[in-house]
Amino acid sequence: MQTDDLIAQLAERNARDGESFVLPLWLAALFAPVIGFAGFMALLGPRPDFLASLSTLRFDMKFVEAGLLAIAALGLLAALARPARPWRSRARMLLVPAAVLSAAVMVELVVVPADLWGAQAFTANAWTCLVAIPAIGAPVLALFVVALSQQAPTRPGLAGGVAGLAAAGVSAVFYAAHCPSDSPLFVALWYPLATLILVAGGAVAGRMFLRW
Amino acid sequence: MAPAPSSKRQALDALMGRAVAGDEKAYRAFLTEAAIIVRRFAAGRMPHHSAGFDLEDLVQEVLLAVHTKRHTWRVGEPVTPWLLAIARYKAIDAYRRRGKRVEIDIDAMGDVFEDPSAMPTATGHDVGRAVASLGGRQQAVVSALSVEGKSISQTARDLDMSEGAVRVAFHRGLSTIARKFGRT
Repeated sequence: MQTDDLIAQLAERNARDGESFVLPLWLAALFAPVIGFAGFMALLGPRPDFLASLSTLRFDMKFVEAGLLAIAALGLLAALARPARPWRSRARMLLVPAAVLSAAVMVELVVVPADLWGAQAFTANAWTCLVAIPAIGAPVLALFVVALSQQAPTRPGLAGGVAGLAAAGVSAVFYAAHCPSDSPLFVALWYPLATLILVAGGAVAGRMFLRW
Repeated sequence: MAPAPSSKRQALDALMGRAVAGDEKAYRAFLTEAAIIVRRFAAGRMPHHSAGFDLEDLVQEVLLAVHTKRHTWRVGEPVTPWLLAIARYKAIDAYRRRGKRVEIDIDAMGDVFEDPSAMPTATGHDVGRAVASLGGRQQAVVSALSVEGKSISQTARDLDMSEGAVRVAFHRGLSTIARKFGRT
């Protein structure tokens, strides 16, 4: 076919093809906590002393760290979703949750005696963390991938990986309400490992489903 | 309007703005301009003279992507970087796909394959010499049948011979040539 003919056809279809519904990324971001909460309640539920724990700083910090990760990753994802959007500057925003978590670890290392560090980091909840965060995050990741597939990510693998990161952030906010281990040493070790599973899954899904 | 590149880009932004608002004419003008930009972009970057790559295929692929993904451009954003990002993505895609299968343009293989019709089996000069070596009726018959491609009955009528005599003369003529030129 001649390029001019194609242009004529596309111009003719301009009005007709523009009608289909596109799930905006911000709407997916609003839905994500709903899906995360549903998965969380079905699988785990909050720990018994949830309300009482809200007054302890180490417990609250888990929500701050996970929430900051979700927000930073979603901000980066919005830039990766469309062509020619500057995303590198947004990638630097991921340093914020990393810095907050690092600061929490520093404080913990100062406050907690050295011979208790190992016991704080390696608890019986490690396996639950590694399974629960990907399990709660998987449907959230699926939602993000669906939303991304209607956009035009020019780096499908990276966009999928960041979608996994955002899903892990959302999932970790809920998992934190269940997990009895509040030490930043535990959080800094197992949460990122669980997150990596979703990032890897997202990157693979991105390469498979986000090409256009 | 000044022909400065920035104002041209702004004109393209305005064109696309009107296009997404439903202006078919503006959309056509935008796509026409986009095709030119993409063609120039791709020609400079892709190995367009290499086998299995068609520049116009890529241009059309980019235009189709621009069409299906045009909702990812938003009014107020510059459209040229958006367009070129799509072109770059599709160019890489085409390049990778090309790498996965080996396509060789037959035109590029001229050195390897020779055109059989251009290979001489017997030159016109040789044939002329062979026919000329015959005499009288045999020459006329062989010339009519083999060189001019006439039918036996036509030749018989032309030379006022019977068809059987034409066949005999033809056979003898060929035998004479075969003897003279070394093959029986």
